[in-house]
Amino acid sequence: MGLVSRGAAEAGRGAASAVDRPGPPDAVPNPTPTPPAEGADPGSSRSPGMVLKAFFPTCCASADSGLLVGRWVPEQSSAVVLAVVHFPFIPIQVKELLAQVQQASQVGVTVLGTWCHRRQEPEESLGHFLEGLGAIFSHRPWFQLCRERGSKSWSCKATHWQGPASPAASGEDQVMLIFYDQRKVLLSQLHPPTALPDRQAGDTTASAGGLAAVFDTVARSEALFQSDRFDEGPVRLSHWQSEGMEASILVELAKWAAGPVCLFLACLLSLISAASACRVFKLWPLSFIWSKLSTCEQLRHRLEQLTLIFSTRKAESPAQLMRKANMLVSVLLDVALGLMLLSWLHRKDLIGQLADALIPVADRVAEELQHLLQWLMGAPAGLKMNRALDQVLGRFFLYHIHLWISYIHLMSPFIERILWHVGLSACLGLTVALSILSDIIALLTFHIYCFYVYGARLYCLKIHGLSSLWRLFRGKKWNVLRQRVDSCSYDLDQLRLLVVAVQGLIHLLVDLINSLPLYSLGLRLCRPYRLAAGVKFRVLEHETGRPLRLLMQINPLPYSRVVHTYRLPTCGCHPKHSWGSLCRKLFFGELIYPWRQRGNKQD
Amino acid sequence: MEDEQSFSDICGGRLALQRRFYSPSCLEFCLSCPRITLRSLTAVTCTVWLAAYGLFTLCENTMILSAAIFITLLGLLGYLHFVKIDHETLLIIDSLGIQMTSSYASGKESTTFIEMGQVNDVVINEAIYMQKVIYYLCILLKDPVEPHGISQVVPLFQSAKPRLDCLIEVYRSCQDILAHQKATSTSPEGGDKIISASNRRSHSGMGAYWHRQEDKSEQDHDPASRIGHSV
Repeated sequence: MGLVSRGAAEAGRGAASAVDRPGPPDAVPNPTPTPPAEGADPGSSRSPGMVLKAFFPTCCASADSGLLVGRWVPEQSSAVVLAVVHFPFIPIQVKELLAQVQQASQVGVTVLGTWCHRRQEPEESLGHFLEGLGAIFSHRPWFQLCRERGSKSWSCKATHWQGPASPAASGEDQVMLIFYDQRKVLLSQLHPPTALPDRQAGDTTASAGGLAAVFDTVARSEALFQSDRFDEGPVRLSHWQSEGMEASILVELAKWAAGPVCLFLACLLSLISAASACRVFKLWPLSFIWSKLSTCEQLRHRLEQLTLIFSTRKAESPAQLMRKANMLVSVLLDVALGLMLLSWLHRKDLIGQLADALIPVADRVAEELQHLLQWLMGAPAGLKMNRALDQVLGRFFLYHIHLWISYIHLMSPFIERILWHVGLSACLGLTVALSILSDIIALLTFHIYCFYVYGARLYCLKIHGLSSLWRLFRGKKWNVLRQRVDSCSYDLDQLRLLVVAVQGLIHLLVDLINSLPLYSLGLRLCRPYRLAAGVKFRVLEHETGRPLRLLMQINPLPYSRVVHTYRLPTCGCHPKHSWGSLCRKLFFGELIYPWRQRGNKQD
Repeated sequence: MEDEQSFSDICGGRLALQRRFYSPSCLEFCLSCPRITLRSLTAVTCTVWLAAYGLFTLCENTMILSAAIFITLLGLLGYLHFVKIDHETLLIIDSLGIQMTSSYASGKESTTFIEMGQVNDVVINEAIYMQKVIYYLCILLKDPVEPHGISQVVPLFQSAKPRLDCLIEVYRSCQDILAHQKATSTSPEGGDKIISASNRRSHSGMGAYWHRQEDKSEQDHDPASRIGHSV
């Protein structure tokens, strides 16, 4: 298909006349585009052959005849119909109502045209009457939608009536009907596609496009939908709420009760945070311990979240509201899981069994470690290079183990009671219980952690040495003194690696529970139209000669984008370990610091 | 108005292109991929079960057999729901935009809609894919910062992978509608798009692309002569 050549386009723009030159009355959009010189007017935003779009709510498709009320968007040449005003009405009252709505919602709501739902033979008088309305409410273009009762055939015209001076000089345009579900579009929140990494977020709003304007118009026109058909107002409207306003008793009660409850809880939380910020806890040994224990970190995080949820300030934007809702659901789920864990522990009396089993297990582990060290100290292949170093390190580790066993035996009478109190902390949430578990493992296996540090450092040195030797070898020098890494050393490593890996995993699990946006995921599962990635269109039955009808449906956001957009911040920055980096560190011998909290000064 | 034609994809499988002409401003193309054959399904199932039986004779554990059945069923369901695409549809509406729908064999549909304001052009690109050189149809999206630049290339019909003859059919119809849309659009840059044809060389990625026709009479020429080779 040919295109207008550049020269003609420029000539056309330059020669545009001020008066709108009308096209033929039954203009069909011909495939060969006419040059924009004919009838193009920089003042009015249309040219002949253009198709206008009318967004029509599905709830009004069976409404009686009346006037169409909505907003005209000239940049997209589309009309968004919001409601239908039924006969009889007084034009002055309709104009007053529209002015009120316009003031309340800042949306330019006007009368767009007429809607005719024929029940029997078309009446001539009604037809003339409807056309006469065009003179009272001046809006260009003036839409005339018509539907025959009981059939699927619609007809629509959009006329540009120039006024009584030249009644014959009115042009008609083709109209494309797009049906939309008013309630879903009202409640939905459009998420534009993620901007490319090298663009700022502000640039994309300019090209937000016609569909964002439609969603925006419907969402802001809530003032128009406040009256239903049981109201005794002067004007009778048809829209999605005209059969009765939607409301829920529970929601209203919750809103009424939320005020005092939030105030009370906010005071309580501020007292707790003031108590925890007092000077006693800032002294050096205590502050060091607090910063290292993950339990304290988790408790502090939860306190911050609860303060945010119960703050008496209202949420300013939908994103903030979503974040508050996510936090609340996450806290509730956490507490519920913690209570379930507590009831399970107490029912089976697991705490007593655990306390009884702890001492023999610790003894057994220590015994195995001692056997292993003895074997390593005496064996020709092993962890060390020479006999002296052999003995030194072996005795050093043996002494560590001896200290640890003494410590465990010292604690044995108190273990059950400590565990019972620790189990109570599960009331605060499953994450707190997991953090305490992680801290207990850390304290019990501190000696193993020391072994791990020594071993990892030596292993790291060995790896460096090997890599430099490898480089030397590639430089075509044969080195006879090849160090062999003994498979026996991995047995000791396995235990250490296991403990450190378990600690790392627990931390990652706690992070996951903290940052997963559960409310958003639940919303996406149960009410998918609330989170919209975009729209999708379906072409409805089409007959030649009739206008094109489309159904606009909401395309929900994929789960991965929901998690990515609404992920809760955990202490303000990304977790230090992701699963991949944990594995990488274990393999290459880089040290893992299970007690290193995010945001502290780095090594 | 509807018609159906038969083409082949880059591997030789049969494709069916269904074109529905709703109005001069609205067109729909539906490309159906080759179906899953009974032969391949039987082959995969037999392989999995033979392997499971071999493991069973080694381990003497009946759990392996039930696990194999479970894996086969889940794998088949997962394949039909997440991997196997039944047909791909392209819907172009003049002043609204372009919509691509992929329908999976289990009935799931995944839709993407691009507004006309973001579409710069629809072109056919050449690419090197393994040991072959193939053609693919793609949509060029406008750059919000630079008015004549391209920010993204969105390829179409990625699962069906039709050959050039099928792509030409779709390309021609798309260009008809895009040209009509640009001529009747209100933006002042409507006429300047022709100048930007040469700017797109740097954005087309690999290989050549199709120049837009400036004269209707060139349409009757042999398609092969119109391939331009870029740097």
